[in-house]
Amino acid sequence: MSDKADVWQGTLALMVLKTLQTLGPLHGYGIARRIEQTSGQLLSLNYGTLYPALLKLEQEGSIASAWGTSENNRRAKFYRLTRTGRKQLERQAREWEQATVILARFLASSEGSS
Amino acid sequence: MKRLRAWMSRLAGLVPSQRRERELADEIESHLQMHVDDNLRAGMTPEEARRDALLKLGGVESTRDACRERSTIPLIEHLLQDVRFALRQLARNPGFTLTAVLVLALGLGASAAIFGFVDAALIRPLPYADAGRLVDVTESTPQIPHAALSYPDYLDWKRLNTVFTSLDVHNGRGYMLRTSSGTEPVIGARVSDGFFRTLGVAPFLGRGFHDGEDLAGAPHTVILSFTAWRDRFGGRPDVIGQSVTLSDVPHTVIGVLPREFHFAPRGRAELWTTLHPAGSCDLRRSCHALEGIGRLEDGVSIETALAEMKSIAARLEREYPDSNRGQGASVLPLSEVIVGNVRPLLRALLGAAGLLLLIACVNVASLLLVRSESRRHEIAVRGALGASRPRLIRQFATESLVLVAGGTAAGLILATWAMPLLARLIPADLMAAMPYLRGLGLNAHVVAFAGGVSLLAALLFSATPMVRSPWAEVRAGLGEGGRGAAGPAWRRFGANLVIVELAIAVVLLVGAGLLGKSVHRLLEVDLGFEPDDLATLAVAAPPSRYASDEQAVALGREVLSRVASLPGVEAAGITSLLPVTFNGNTDWIRFVGRPYSGEHTEVNQRDVSAGYFEALRARLLRGRYFRDTEDASKPRVVVINRTLARQYFPGEDPIGKRFGDTSLSPGSIKEIIGVVDDIREGALDAEIWPAVYYPYNQAPDASFSLVVRTAQDAESAQPAVSAAIRGIDPDLGIIRQATMRSRIDTSPSAYLRRSSAWLIGGFAGLALLLGVVGMYGVVAYSVGQRAREIGVRIALGAPRGSVYRLILVEAGKLAAVGITVGVAGAVASAMLMRKLLFDTAAWDVPTLAAVASALAVSALLASYFPARRAASVDPLRALRAE
Repeated sequence: MSDKADVWQGTLALMVLKTLQTLGPLHGYGIARRIEQTSGQLLSLNYGTLYPALLKLEQEGSIASAWGTSENNRRAKFYRLTRTGRKQLERQAREWEQATVILARFLASSEGSS
Repeated sequence: MKRLRAWMSRLAGLVPSQRRERELADEIESHLQMHVDDNLRAGMTPEEARRDALLKLGGVESTRDACRERSTIPLIEHLLQDVRFALRQLARNPGFTLTAVLVLALGLGASAAIFGFVDAALIRPLPYADAGRLVDVTESTPQIPHAALSYPDYLDWKRLNTVFTSLDVHNGRGYMLRTSSGTEPVIGARVSDGFFRTLGVAPFLGRGFHDGEDLAGAPHTVILSFTAWRDRFGGRPDVIGQSVTLSDVPHTVIGVLPREFHFAPRGRAELWTTLHPAGSCDLRRSCHALEGIGRLEDGVSIETALAEMKSIAARLEREYPDSNRGQGASVLPLSEVIVGNVRPLLRALLGAAGLLLLIACVNVASLLLVRSESRRHEIAVRGALGASRPRLIRQFATESLVLVAGGTAAGLILATWAMPLLARLIPADLMAAMPYLRGLGLNAHVVAFAGGVSLLAALLFSATPMVRSPWAEVRAGLGEGGRGAAGPAWRRFGANLVIVELAIAVVLLVGAGLLGKSVHRLLEVDLGFEPDDLATLAVAAPPSRYASDEQAVALGREVLSRVASLPGVEAAGITSLLPVTFNGNTDWIRFVGRPYSGEHTEVNQRDVSAGYFEALRARLLRGRYFRDTEDASKPRVVVINRTLARQYFPGEDPIGKRFGDTSLSPGSIKEIIGVVDDIREGALDAEIWPAVYYPYNQAPDASFSLVVRTAQDAESAQPAVSAAIRGIDPDLGIIRQATMRSRIDTSPSAYLRRSSAWLIGGFAGLALLLGVVGMYGVVAYSVGQRAREIGVRIALGAPRGSVYRLILVEAGKLAAVGITVGVAGAVASAMLMRKLLFDTAAWDVPTLAAVASALAVSALLASYFPARRAASVDPLRALRAE
């Protein structure tokens, strides 16, 4: 796996966790739509890549899944945040915020010096 | 932690699960349904809605694949797939698989079994603390480089040296152990007080010897070996503190040695007592009966230790010129003394087993090659369907690995079974001298060895199919329908493999032949007596009742007269040491009326009864043998051997000449009355030393050996002989009963060579079989590939004889090269095992010629059948097969 994919997968996982925190238990399709909507068309998400990411999070114990019924009466697999997931979310969100701040400052200062 | 959890779950995912698959499919389907619902609501047609949902998902199959990959570990998943595929492939061709696994198992099993012996003898450390710092310390004379120490010399060496943290001694002693049912002879050892501390061995019960416990005035104590404790004392812990009577002297049991303890120089000792120096030998500086062991001080090398011991010996030589003249020192690694004699043998065996393994691998490699040849089509198809080159390589490697794994497992089972079998074939006496073999068996070392070797084999086999790089010819393979002629590259490579196989078979056959010839020569060696129909045994009398010379002489006479009067017994004689035992037990002599430089004239000394030479059927060259009346009351007489006569009386008649001890003390002067032809006192392969034979009646001892000449089978006479001796006194111990023939056959010099000749012979037989089969395979394959060409030739009118010639010449060339290379290799390897050969040159022409012609005939036979098939090719059929 290349570094780029890693970062991407990391951010995708964070987005999934955040979505579940905000909306509560949700199925894969719902998560995908939500991410797409929130990113405001900036992100073209291939829905298929979501499922391995969900599987990984589930294997790591950050989320748990159960079959249920969707708002339109479709049978669907619902994912919910676990305690581990909540902690992971808090930590990763903090890290990302820090990273963005640092990077923003860095970019600003290098622009200023040029 | 998180990652570990994920890996655990992925590991669990390796187990294929229907439920997981279905759930995944359901989830994706439900995702699509929801998406389609949304799209419909947004106003798309049902078709558009489905299409869009699929597009956004990015394909159902790839999503599933991505999830599948995530839910297991892809590398292992693929490996498992490969293994399953390999197993299917191998199962589809059971003949090939079985042959390959069997051949590998034979090669690996033989190597692993031999390696087990090598490990037990040469690799595993001796069971002593820091065994590498232990050395064997003895005196050394020009005649006997590894002699023995005298007690006074030992005390001086111990006191004067600065190179050993401790120096101790041991020697063997037989004891008469009093039991509830009488007395039994038991082999024991006497050691100095620090012996076990020097070895770093603590008793498993009780205590070791205290300082000073080996002195003459100390109370008598004994430590039991583990087996003696278990077998003779019922393994009872309360044996400590009990009193046992050894040769009429009560000893207190103070300890039991651990089960894993062994000490090869005293391999059979069951009872360990302390020196208690006493008697005519122990206190005499010129009586050498002890062997030393020392622990080197930190930082002291063996060379330094040897130099210091030599200088101490030189100092004692100046101080005691009469007794110590020419007495040097020897310091050797203890391991050298214990396993030095088997090292060349084990190396030769390991080499032979390695060659067998090599030939097995070559055989399997050529089988694989032929197989890959016939799988060209399959490989081409798989390549065309998109199997990547690394994937194909991995597939081949997996197949080889599976094959080798099977062979290794079977080989290890074979080795586990063969090791104890081989060990059981070793005679008990020899086994006692090699106690380190007791730990023989499958252990981590052997498994690691087998693992390493099989890894190499797997690498070789994985590389084999690539020799032809079949994927380079994917299109060619498809086009030809996989039927084409054998590529010239393959023909050359296959031929080379056959040459290697034949050459190895020659090396092994010659090795076995040379060893076999050596054994034959060894057993044919002139012994100086007739070994058949000769029973031997040793008698040990309790010293308390046979202490005086008169008592010992009377006992000897009684034993001889009772045994000689038994039916079927023709003659009997007494000797202090049986022939074919060892050179040693020497005397220093000084000739009367000759200048004496003080240098010791060291000769074998044996004390024999009247009638001894007659019983052996030795050859009298001059003078006469002893008479029974020649005892202490008569002038002292001696019979010498031919070597002594030749060395010290060249061109003279030795009869009537006299010699005595180094100071020519009046009581020691003896007159030579006879010259006997050389009797082989030492090992079969040892040189003949000068020897003196004194009359037993003038030098009696309470323990002696007996030779009994029987009319028929010596074996069956033995019970009657021992019954007759016990009839004199039930307390007489009878030990080491064996016929002379079996003693000679199982003597180390003969036994070790014979067993290795058999083993290497067995390996050679297998190698020959494999080589011939390999030859047959290559020729048959080549004939099959050339069927069309041969058909054309015959159709064009070539006589069948010329077809025969065509094939046989090709095979003959292979065989000739293989045999030539093999003969060169055989001579080279025979030079390496020169030490094991006896009276046989490494380039022994008859052996080489016999092996070469045997191989030539076998190779010819192996190619005759394919040649006949070739000659009977129906030209029409061969041509129509286009």
